[in-house]
Amino acid sequence: MLQAPGGAVGSSTRMRCMYMFNRQGVCLHYHVWLRPVSVLSRQEDQKLMFGLLFSLKLFTAKMDPVGGSKGQLGAAQLQGQGCSFHSFQTNTYKLSFMETPTGLKIVLVTDSKMSDLREALKYIYSNIYVEYVVKNPLYTPDTPFKCELFNQNLDNYVKTLS
Amino acid sequence: MPPNSRPGDAVFASVDRVNAELFTLTYGAIVRQLLTDFEEVDEVNKQLDTMGYNIGIRLIDDFLAKANITRCSDFRETAETIVKVGFKMFLGVTGTVANWNTDNTECSLILDDNPLVDFVELPETCQGLYYCNILCGVIRGALEMVSMRTEVKFVKDVLRGDDVFEIRLKLLEQVPEEYPYKDDE
Repeated sequence: MLQAPGGAVGSSTRMRCMYMFNRQGVCLHYHVWLRPVSVLSRQEDQKLMFGLLFSLKLFTAKMDPVGGSKGQLGAAQLQGQGCSFHSFQTNTYKLSFMETPTGLKIVLVTDSKMSDLREALKYIYSNIYVEYVVKNPLYTPDTPFKCELFNQNLDNYVKTLS
Repeated sequence: MPPNSRPGDAVFASVDRVNAELFTLTYGAIVRQLLTDFEEVDEVNKQLDTMGYNIGIRLIDDFLAKANITRCSDFRETAETIVKVGFKMFLGVTGTVANWNTDNTECSLILDDNPLVDFVELPETCQGLYYCNILCGVIRGALEMVSMRTEVKFVKDVLRGDDVFEIRLKLLEQVPEEYPYKDDE
């Protein structure tokens, strides 16, 4: 798959890709730094990723031994209800996840040795997404965006992560 | 949230300011233009609400980002957060929450002071106008983005001779998060 415009690869070799989903499961943004292997079409890939996050979130909340609620596995939850996972790791990559109360899901895929990215995800939401996308009066909320300022700032920011 | 702290103050101190007259006059110009375009005050009320809604669905993200709030445990806390943090952050004033109904789904947000109405006096021709109706739309839009469907309307307005501004906030439904795709799609 092609690299992101702006070509930040090299300076941030630990980053792989990023997804942003709204609550309807629409992929608002997909950003690739390094992803030579991709077996599915982009659309299928995004849908699968959203499905994984959605199920994993319900699953983790249901398995909560202390704060968990009764009821069926997979039953609909209110926004913010139950606990949530923030990352999982395989031997080749790490996936970090954050969800805001508005239902925006941000996913960062990095190499497996990446440190905790919770603060970084919060930063990307508060200081990059909200500033350069949401506040743009000409952006229609809840639609996929291509925003040069967002890309630039994101690329610059991820260079600082380790 | 501890009841005695003033949670809005810290956020308020950290946000950018604009000149108050510019803000008030800009809002006035919008209302003025709507009155010219739509002529009927009821229609203007509706337009202000819609404009507010469109602001609210964006503003909520800015609010969450700056105020660093992750979730409210119940609707009571939501209402408190709106008047103590939200109003402070965007209007520079705080209000109070009062008049809860018995099942905690309906309350009044009371504002003594409201920077939108500085310099404003309702003329005879605009008697049905809710001059600040945009606020209702903002609250409705913002809450909808955090999965709460609400009904928001003014019941008291200083410009109409009441002693305070009172916004009635009614929770209609909390929308659960459901998987948006069908299995066979």
